Amino acid sequence: MARREAIAEIMKHIDDELVVCNIGFPSRELYDIKDRDENFYMIGSMGLASSIGFGLALAKPEKDIVVIDGDGSLLMNMGSLVTIFANNPQNLTWIVIDNGAYGSTGNQDTYSQLIDLKDIAKSVGFKNSHNFEEINLKEIINSEDSSFIVYNTEAGNSTAPIIDLEPIEIKERFMKAIK
Amino acid sequence: MMDSTEAIYNGLKDAGIDFIVSVPCVNLSKLLNMIDEDDEIIHIPVTREEEGIGICAGAYLGGKKTAILMQNSGLGNSINALKSLMELYEFPLLMIMSHRGTEGESICGQVPMGQSTPRILEAMDFKFFKPGTPEGAYEDIRESWELSLEDGKPVSVLLEIKYW
Repeated sequence: MARREAIAEIMKHIDDELVVCNIGFPSRELYDIKDRDENFYMIGSMGLASSIGFGLALAKPEKDIVVIDGDGSLLMNMGSLVTIFANNPQNLTWIVIDNGAYGSTGNQDTYSQLIDLKDIAKSVGFKNSHNFEEINLKEIINSEDSSFIVYNTEAGNSTAPIIDLEPIEIKERFMKAIK
Repeated sequence: MMDSTEAIYNGLKDAGIDFIVSVPCVNLSKLLNMIDEDDEIIHIPVTREEEGIGICAGAYLGGKKTAILMQNSGLGNSINALKSLMELYEFPLLMIMSHRGTEGESICGQVPMGQSTPRILEAMDFKFFKPGTPEGAYEDIRESWELSLEDGKPVSVLLEIKYW
């Protein structure tokens, strides 16, 4: 199983949750699988998916936020683990698809192959830190603490096309949908 | 004469800012305390300025008026996010920077980035103000949010050492 199948599996559990998706192929694959106004696709700024999701979670406490992140992106913004743990937004579910590779740039290895991201999140203090296979995503989304979920997959990209929306269009339709 | 810190605080309040991320500077410490005591403002200290830029983008999506408080060194830590997140999607943001490495600086390590900061902002094609007095800072900050919305880019206010 590669990332695309993991995103499709995640989206089976999504109803009215707001989704923030990592840059590159993850966003392209999500757009191809299930485009919706409540998806925020990142086009630039690798590493910031969890930060965007966290800011959104603070501004919209009545909504549930799901971040679809990647191992390479997490490694670029490890401080986010500490900031999100410390503030514990209970409406935030942070899923890291860990394929051990920088997928969008040609599947170069990441250091995450050498470490267990779930254990790192646990040691930071996340009470809900699990592998995707161990959990019911809906229960985790509805839980009373922020959650950190690792979804282990193989490396590899699908043939999902480039997103044919302007960044401003992505932002404006998202904001309109959640107003 | 307005107090230098209160002028910034009042400018932020009158601009309607209700969401602030920060990385501290000694010159911002009194302001950070005032913001912490304000129940109308969500204040999130962050580990690195770039992270804060992402958080502000998300908070704006959710309807907040956002600002970052930091040293000018934080500009260097967040340039890509300011361009390929904030400018790309036209996110407004008010950036209040303690501009170190300016006249009166005692720490030599602050000087290289301090000297280059205005030219970096110019190269980024971002508007910025360098108020010399608290009254000027109040006006610049109060107007910067609207200016940032119009521009679809972050707007900065640089507060040099002699400002304080």
